[in-house]
Amino acid sequence: MALELFTLGDPIADTSAPRDVPIGERWSERRFRAKLVNPANRRKLTVIVVGTGLAGGSAAATLGEAGYKVKSFWYQDSPRRAHSVAAQGGINAAKNYRNDGDSVHRLFYDTVKGGDFRAREDNVHRLAEVSVNIIDQCVAQGVPFAREYGGLLDNRSFGGTQVSRTFYARGQTGQQLLYGAYQALERQMAAGTVEQFARTEMLDLIVVDGRARGIVARNLITGEISTHFADAVVLATGGYSNVFYLSTNAKGSNATAIWRAHKRGALFANPCYTQIHPTCIPVHGEYQSKLTLMSESLRNDGRVWVPKERGDTRDPRDIPEEERDYYLERIYPAFGNLVPRDIASRQAKNVCDEGRGVGPEGKGVYLDFAEAMQRLGRPAIEAKYGNLFDMYAQITGEDPYEVPMRIYPAVHYTMGGLWVDYDLQSNIPGLFVIGEANFSDHGANRLGASALMQGLADGYFVLPNTISHYLSSGPFDKVDPQHPAAVEALEGVRAQTERLLSINGNRTTASFHRELGRLMFDLCGMERSEESLRKALDRIPEIRQEFWTNVKVPGELGRFNQSLEHAGRVADFIELAELMCVDALHRNESCGGHFRAESQTPEGEALRDDENYAYVAAWEWTPEGAPPVLHKEDLEFEYVHLAQRSYK
Amino acid sequence: MDLKLRVWRQRDATEKGKMVTYEVTDISPDMSFLEMLDVLNEQLILDGQEPVAFDHDCREGICGSCGVMINGRAHGNGLHDSHPQTATCQLHMRSFKDGETIDIEPWRATAFPIIKDLAVDRSALDRIIQSGGYISAPTGTAPEAHSILVAKKDSDAAFDAATCIGCGACVAACPNASSMLFTSAKVVHLGLMPQGQPERNDRVINMIHQQDLEGFGGCTNIGECSASCPKGISMENISRLNHDLLGALRAGARPKS
Repeated sequence: MALELFTLGDPIADTSAPRDVPIGERWSERRFRAKLVNPANRRKLTVIVVGTGLAGGSAAATLGEAGYKVKSFWYQDSPRRAHSVAAQGGINAAKNYRNDGDSVHRLFYDTVKGGDFRAREDNVHRLAEVSVNIIDQCVAQGVPFAREYGGLLDNRSFGGTQVSRTFYARGQTGQQLLYGAYQALERQMAAGTVEQFARTEMLDLIVVDGRARGIVARNLITGEISTHFADAVVLATGGYSNVFYLSTNAKGSNATAIWRAHKRGALFANPCYTQIHPTCIPVHGEYQSKLTLMSESLRNDGRVWVPKERGDTRDPRDIPEEERDYYLERIYPAFGNLVPRDIASRQAKNVCDEGRGVGPEGKGVYLDFAEAMQRLGRPAIEAKYGNLFDMYAQITGEDPYEVPMRIYPAVHYTMGGLWVDYDLQSNIPGLFVIGEANFSDHGANRLGASALMQGLADGYFVLPNTISHYLSSGPFDKVDPQHPAAVEALEGVRAQTERLLSINGNRTTASFHRELGRLMFDLCGMERSEESLRKALDRIPEIRQEFWTNVKVPGELGRFNQSLEHAGRVADFIELAELMCVDALHRNESCGGHFRAESQTPEGEALRDDENYAYVAAWEWTPEGAPPVLHKEDLEFEYVHLAQRSYK
Repeated sequence: MDLKLRVWRQRDATEKGKMVTYEVTDISPDMSFLEMLDVLNEQLILDGQEPVAFDHDCREGICGSCGVMINGRAHGNGLHDSHPQTATCQLHMRSFKDGETIDIEPWRATAFPIIKDLAVDRSALDRIIQSGGYISAPTGTAPEAHSILVAKKDSDAAFDAATCIGCGACVAACPNASSMLFTSAKVVHLGLMPQGQPERNDRVINMIHQQDLEGFGGCTNIGECSASCPKGISMENISRLNHDLLGALRAGARPKS
């Protein structure tokens, strides 16, 4: 099997973390050993930052404050729109304000274990260390976190952790943290350290003499395609959940920047690690354009069930207790409805596959608050979950105080991304990747309230310290727009865009995107098997072939053209989908969000195979026709001992 | 349901626009307003026409990208008493009747030039933030978080103001095309926090100055802004801003040149 799917390349390893000192000292040691750039020389160094979410916004602002010349790019109309804005729950930090036994080491331990032992210890430890600085920084910026009556910050327990380490701003934590970074960024724009490129989409990476030296980008208003140069390039372009078409990501979230960088030589690590969130509002029709997440705090009081009999279409309120299957409570008596995300999602899929799902197409399970309403009373439920119930009612037109909610899992986050070392530098010198766009901290499964933490850790504290080491050997020779590498990249982008416009076939881009998404959700979603993945790998090249001969993209290159933007992104999603399936097929173990049907315990739980798969799979792109090359980075666990997760 | 849509079509900022009528059929009441526009656009593409351009992104009412005038109301807010105030993406077709005619237009304000069809340029709002809508706290300089106490009522009120998503509905709804509600939301958010005090006077003076430079109109306390706001930002913020503005003027603060 291995030979036809991929070829095995040389192993890779991170060489930036100072492993000769204990893990708790590595980050401070790394900063000490890193070369610095004299403040007076910083303005001679240019850094391109693509994306303005928590990672990109905070990085661009911080690099600007430090005195570098920053060029900031984003596809939306304002940096404040980046999809970090939609994160609801909170942000973790090891402050131990609750005196409940939390520490940097415990946050580190929980994150490594929660990631099912597929993350690099050094990176995770540093994340836990800087988590405390993030909260300080955000408070100083005026982020209105929830507070106690005494004026101190409030915390809550989130995502099944036993300590209260989550800081939050009602259900809009991502929005408030993003606005903090956005305001810092706007301040730097006013100060002239950050040059802005709004509504400009990166479409290729320019690599000169082996170093990342610039990007090709399209101005989405004028349609102009142009080259931009720098001493280093930072990608902070988020995740690729929209491969699945329906996801909780924003419609514009895309993989184009990281995928084009991958095609220029950057390794793509663990593409098959995707997180499917259990509590989303189910799909209600073919026309559906996106899915909406509801905070998983709902599972604290809601009980999940389906009818015992298949095809039971009675009103849920008419189904008597003894004919209901509270399957999470039945299978996991210890954790019940609070099992981790991946388990809750997979069991929902299982009962629906058995034909016991509810709602349109049988793709849903009940989340029932009747018992909690009786126990706590309606006012208490309103106080706790009012905004979520309102949101549900607004979208579905049903009143969750009267009728049980229907929920179904949806793709929410991608742990995979471009491979980076401890410095967050990819294998292309000068190309740094931060936030969800890299693969670095969450292993095979991300814990709740950790995405915001990682984005801000990378942007505020990690990258600004590591990139100086690289930049200290600059400024590099000026790259001319006439340089063959720049011309080649620019012409390549122009040719591809013109080709998309010239096909003039019979299908819309959206129809291809929907087809790809459904296929990926069914065959490379919550449960994957050799059979399903092979089926996907047979079908994806056919979709690609049809896309490039039969897509219809209206409009012109030289104007505002949203159809053209979408078509370019879908073209890349199709290619990435194939790599995701190859990665999922090669990893014949179950770990975190990646559940292989062939690798389960007799009770049907995920079975990891540490002997054969305790490595990061970093993929090298090869031109069409040749299988991708796999480079393995072995994972060593010095501080957290390998253990099987159990929630029974 | 079947609907008749009258949509503003304008090729770019320089060309003249006009209302064009389209028909869409078989619209499900469970669709969001933007999903209904998706249906129209797929139809237009297959007919060989250009789809209607409109800004949108998160489609869950938080990014602030979307926003159109629906029957003359920003985000359609106020068309139906029963419907909560939302962004366009959270308006659902069950709020409309079979056979209805719906007018769809872009935000209209001098400070929001049209890019194409329903998409407008709202970068003026970013420039208002640039002029002072921040606390100067360079990364790494922050004191321990618990060294700053904020009374819960101030923190909660600051949060309420800070939920503004910057969509521009307030400007579009205002007969004067004033951005006062937007500006006041930021002035109040930061002005209520202890961290925001050192720059409080300069902030309000400079932000007001910038909104004048951008061509937004003056506020005459009409209240359409708040009635159209998907986040329900209160007019009280405008009063607080005016209070801060007077204080700043008395203290001798003047806008940066």
